[in-house]
Amino acid sequence: MKLALAGISHHTASVELRERVAIDLEAASALARRLARDGAQAQEAVVLSTCNRTELYLAADDHDHVARAADDALLALAGQNAAALAPLAYRLADESAALHLFRVAAGLDSLVPGEGEILGQVRDAFEAGAPGPVLDRTFRMALHAGRRARVETAIGESPASVPAAAAALAQQVFEGLEGHNVVLVGAGRTSELTARNLRSRGATVAAVVNRSLDRAERLASSLGARAVGLEDVAAVLDGADVVVSSTSSPGFVLTLEALGSALRARRGKPVLFVDLAVPRDVDPSLASIDGCFVYDVDDLEAVVSASLDGRRTEAVAAERIVAAEAERFHAWQASLAVVPAIASLRAQAEDIRAAELSRIEKRLGRLSESERAMVDTVTAQIVNKLLHGPTVRMKEAAMTPDGLIYAEVVRHLFGLGEDEA
Amino acid sequence: MAELLVWPTLVAYGLAAVAYAGELHGPGRFGRLGIWGVRIGWLAQTALLVAQAVSTDGFPWGTWAGALNLLSWLVVAGYLVWGCKPRYRLIGLLVMPFATALLVLSWAGGGTAVDERDGGGWTLDAHVGLMLAAFASFTVAAAMAILYLYEERRLKHRDTGLLRLRLPSLEALDRLASRVALVGLLLLSGGIVVGLTRLDSGELDAAMTVTAVIWGVYATALILRRETGLQGRRLAWSLVAGFTLVAFVLPLTHFAS
Repeated sequence: MKLALAGISHHTASVELRERVAIDLEAASALARRLARDGAQAQEAVVLSTCNRTELYLAADDHDHVARAADDALLALAGQNAAALAPLAYRLADESAALHLFRVAAGLDSLVPGEGEILGQVRDAFEAGAPGPVLDRTFRMALHAGRRARVETAIGESPASVPAAAAALAQQVFEGLEGHNVVLVGAGRTSELTARNLRSRGATVAAVVNRSLDRAERLASSLGARAVGLEDVAAVLDGADVVVSSTSSPGFVLTLEALGSALRARRGKPVLFVDLAVPRDVDPSLASIDGCFVYDVDDLEAVVSASLDGRRTEAVAAERIVAAEAERFHAWQASLAVVPAIASLRAQAEDIRAAELSRIEKRLGRLSESERAMVDTVTAQIVNKLLHGPTVRMKEAAMTPDGLIYAEVVRHLFGLGEDEA
Repeated sequence: MAELLVWPTLVAYGLAAVAYAGELHGPGRFGRLGIWGVRIGWLAQTALLVAQAVSTDGFPWGTWAGALNLLSWLVVAGYLVWGCKPRYRLIGLLVMPFATALLVLSWAGGGTAVDERDGGGWTLDAHVGLMLAAFASFTVAAAMAILYLYEERRLKHRDTGLLRLRLPSLEALDRLASRVALVGLLLLSGGIVVGLTRLDSGELDAAMTVTAVIWGVYATALILRRETGLQGRRLAWSLVAGFTLVAFVLPLTHFAS
């Protein structure tokens, strides 16, 4: 059974081309089932389609045929853009295809190394697809490799976006975000994203402060917060632990003069200002007050950049894990090549055993039922013990470059398959 | 023979101290080595203390050198309560060199020897034991306070490596440091009360005065925390100031008196 992969990704194609072949999970499932049902193209199929890649994994007996089928199916998704897509698609087979999938699952092929979503997307594609013995094993090994990469390295631990960095910084100030209040200053998209990130970690959005109360109320209602006019900002800061600001104001909105006394009254109780606005909203001199921490966009981007460097360092360790898993895949796939020979050998041995028992049937007739069962068991054990060593050695030899010769020798010595010929 | 246990203890503690220094430069690489050094060293020192206790009739750590041996063990034991958690390991960067230095001083003064001695009576034993446990608590609290100040400085200066070398949050360090200091204060109070039962009138010396000042510093800081919400860097500096009295002023006055 051969494995083939055809796909495009952010490495090879622009978003304009990727979106031509991007399909949702339902369509990916339907496509995989159609490809696998039509046995002429493939016997197994899984389609992985995310915003960064569309990949078709097919398995069938005929290598050339299955590779062509994967390629055709991918180009068919592009429709009229097939000609433009064809030179950008990559085609991989067997171990290269498996290694690629392992890297994808580990997040090593992602735009941001170690990003968290891809492992779930690979799992969803696998569960929605039409895998058989080969793809089932390949995807399970890929999911295992992905999990190992995340558990055994820190590749996915540090934040990869500004909102995630803001949330991670808040967790450096407060032990957990449960029970801590967030105040949004400005009702824009950026502050909403950051607030949702903080909320997903347990924080409560207490208030949305905005010059326009209407906009503040709209966002506040979706976040379960209260809306406050910008003139009352000092009043809501008293109970705030994290302040996220992103107004379009041309100057500082939160100044030392306006908030200094309120913040000093907190007597060192920490408060984190996350200033996402350009020009900045938060007067940096607020950081001079005990317990006040001020981060602007540049600071957060520097934190993200540093953590991405860390992810790239961890990626080296993750690559080692993926390589080890790919080695296991290689061993498994190599063992598949000798399976027919092993099966034939065992079948022939079993035939001989059954024939010999049948030949002495009359003499065995004098034995009791339990004695006959014992003879049957003992002869089966003898056959198994005789074949155990050759079976293991053939599987081990299959991993070496000339391993298949062993299978051929066994076929020749025992005359396996001659009857069929 | 049992006194040889001081060597594996010292080697393990020293190795842990070096490993934690390495952790500061390459997060994640040496932390595990450090914590294993602490664990192995602490077990070896525990065995040494057991051997000392078995060979002595009473409390074997009544001398200043013996007291340092026990104090070092208590400091490391206090650290191990939190140090096993990866984010708290770096407290060991402050605690382990201090514990190692205490043990070296103890060894130099003969405090790690295993020989037959007589105890000093149960009140003296209880007094010394409680005072040492209090000082160990203040040491761990000060280590947490210093870590708080370091982490706060990194946050104030917007250190880009904040998330690569992850320390406990400010809130956690603040809370834990105050709790450990409170435990220390209770132990110190117990030690003082027991000590007063042995005190003859007019025997107040400089060491006792400094001990009272230490008690006052910690009590004031913790009362202010409870009553006025004192926290953050002010509390951290109070704990560091208290520890300075414990580590430097108290020994000076003790040996001078």
